[in-house]
Amino acid sequence: MDWSDSPEQANFRQEVRAFIQAKLPDPYKPKAGEATGEGEGFAGGWQADRKSTDPKRVATASQWATALADKGWIAPAWPKEYGGAGLSTVEQFIYNQEMAEAAAPSVGGMGVSMLGPTLIVHGSEEQKKEHLSRILSGEVAWAQGYSEPGAGSDLASLQTRAVRDGDEFVINGQKIWTSGAHFADWLFALVRTDPQAPKHRGISFMIMDIKTPGLSVRPLINMGWEHGFNETFFEDVRVPAKNLIGEENRGWYVGMTLLDFERSGIAGAVSYRRGMGEMKEFLGGKGKSFQRQDWNTTRLELADRAIETEVLFNFAFRIVSIQNRGLVPNYEASVNKTFGSELHQRLSRTQSKAWGLYANVWDRTSKYAPMGAAHIHDYVGSVPHSIFSGSNEIQRNVIATRGLGLPRG
Amino acid sequence: MDLGLNEQQELLKNSAREFLENECPETHVREMEEDEKGYSPVLWQKMAEQGWHGLLVPEQYGGAGFDFVDQMVLVEELGRALVPGPYMSSVFGGAVPILEAGSDAQKQEFLPKIAAGELIFTLALTEPSARFDESGIQAKATVSGNDVTINGTKLFVPDAHVADYLIVAARTAKGVTLAIVPTKQDGVKTTVLQTIARDKQCEVVLNGAKGQLLGADGAGWAALAPVIQKYTVAECAYLVGLAQMDFEIAVDYAKERVQFGRPIGSFQAIQHKCADMVTDVDGSRFIMYKAAWSISAGQPAAETSIAVNMAKAWCSEATRRVVAHGQQIHGGIGFTKDYKIQLFYRRQKRAELAFGDADFHRELVAQQLGL
Repeated sequence: MDWSDSPEQANFRQEVRAFIQAKLPDPYKPKAGEATGEGEGFAGGWQADRKSTDPKRVATASQWATALADKGWIAPAWPKEYGGAGLSTVEQFIYNQEMAEAAAPSVGGMGVSMLGPTLIVHGSEEQKKEHLSRILSGEVAWAQGYSEPGAGSDLASLQTRAVRDGDEFVINGQKIWTSGAHFADWLFALVRTDPQAPKHRGISFMIMDIKTPGLSVRPLINMGWEHGFNETFFEDVRVPAKNLIGEENRGWYVGMTLLDFERSGIAGAVSYRRGMGEMKEFLGGKGKSFQRQDWNTTRLELADRAIETEVLFNFAFRIVSIQNRGLVPNYEASVNKTFGSELHQRLSRTQSKAWGLYANVWDRTSKYAPMGAAHIHDYVGSVPHSIFSGSNEIQRNVIATRGLGLPRG
Repeated sequence: MDLGLNEQQELLKNSAREFLENECPETHVREMEEDEKGYSPVLWQKMAEQGWHGLLVPEQYGGAGFDFVDQMVLVEELGRALVPGPYMSSVFGGAVPILEAGSDAQKQEFLPKIAAGELIFTLALTEPSARFDESGIQAKATVSGNDVTINGTKLFVPDAHVADYLIVAARTAKGVTLAIVPTKQDGVKTTVLQTIARDKQCEVVLNGAKGQLLGADGAGWAALAPVIQKYTVAECAYLVGLAQMDFEIAVDYAKERVQFGRPIGSFQAIQHKCADMVTDVDGSRFIMYKAAWSISAGQPAAETSIAVNMAKAWCSEATRRVVAHGQQIHGGIGFTKDYKIQLFYRRQKRAELAFGDADFHRELVAQQLGL
């Protein structure tokens, strides 16, 4: 049992900190006494900045991407031979922790976190050559097409159909919740190539240029009135057969290969802790007038949220400890997801409650908005946290069946 | 950064589990609920032979010289087996305060005998006010040289009826002062209370009780701070072991109990309770070990302090959620005296209350966070 860094880990942490301090562009640095915000959210982050109409945002995104690329840190988890940093799981953990501490946006989005690692395992040499470098240079952003209106938790029932026609596949169907597709250049998708096979065995993993004729992306506005998601429609979309990743009809398994990468969820714990610190600072200074009169109940709720955040930190440390011992986490990652998402929702509720009636104010620029209305935005924004990436009901099923060996229902 | 046990701790855990499965089965736990002493001197001696009583005691005083995290590994196993008796009292209420505040002569005199299981100690801290802070200490003491005379009532003193010595916190003109007080004297009158856990908590009336000074006159509250921290974390470790076992019993039951033609553990309503139980047990384990590590590694005082308060606040409530789910999963059978799960439910409450429940520690967390 040891919560401290080894000398090597401490050195690496110092290196990451020094890099961030020297290279993180000023517009990305948190402002004293203000809320850092809800993290990268659905609508923001690097991929939004690079396609912004504001030249300053584009320049900032580019400056940060260049700094990371020069250091070789766009893709900390990828092996060095593919242009990644080849960091160990503990180093990835420290890297993610320190980036989150500084509220530094990650660069490369799903290209770095999902498509790249999948290509490294399943892609052909040609596919790797064509796509990996363009992810690392920040030239191409990727979006994910998995869910469909009729395939949510039961993802393997997806119906978007791909039919072979010579050296092409013709795709028809619809995807939903395609986050960031309006900023993306390419799409990776799961499509049904064999409707006769058992549902997990008739799916293929395919990549395509998002500008391919017949492919259309339409905004799906969320309950916070933000455009983060999209619906993506396929009408006779012709994709070259060379864009198939891995074997035909083995796409389900190709899509499930991301488990070896660091997935402790440390960034959430860091941002919740930082958010509570920022709130305390605000209440002790310019925000004093916003504090509700009957403060003590909220105060004790905040103490509970701080304790729960400590529990979440430990769950994150546990994942990296397991990986560092050369073992693969079992149900533990699902524990992090359910606990972390439900804590996020409780925290946003507690934090917005602290403002009483002022929690009504949604306009971030209003003089009546405590901390730029960050907490009430988070109260809405945290709603899907218990739904995406495997709903908490599915996660609890996984914990019970895979983790505890209870019989499947 | 590593949240796993080391080799020595694994060894300790496995040997303790094996020993207790043989020596402290459910039948023993039940017998001791109705036993006047509340513990078996035979098992007590066997535990001492394992080196458990002196695990924390340095080798020069007849102990094994393990560190505090190792000690928590053992306490977790004691909680798992619901070991009845004055182990916690004697180690955390006797050896630890003497280690913290005792003179070398007192260490020489008492620690080897505690380690050998020859003497039983307990901490007489709380009073009828049931407060855990300094103002709760109202028993009066007078000091003359090394001798202390005490008048007052101590309440919820564990195992005082079988203890050879009490470590009493009382108030002199100079403030809270500690004394080592032998129980076999006319000035000490002990009455055992009937409690939910059927453990042996006592009312101890001190009427001119004589003892010897432990630490300096007036220095008692400062000396107690690290004792209370360690005892508090030890109660968390006990809760972790207790909750882990309750959870395992419930999951096993859910796999075996058949209704509607299938094991009830195949219903998601039960599965999700089990998933929440493992989350609460694991969360308790790590927040407890974080506090134990903080003590053991000598982290800055402010960090250790809040880590201990966070641990007890969390463990008190999380383990209560676990044992409540344990009862619900068992249905009617769990409510009977004959079935084992209720043993855990009743004992959880004792440890939840010991050294302050979640409300008490949450307030301290809020203060330390500057809220």
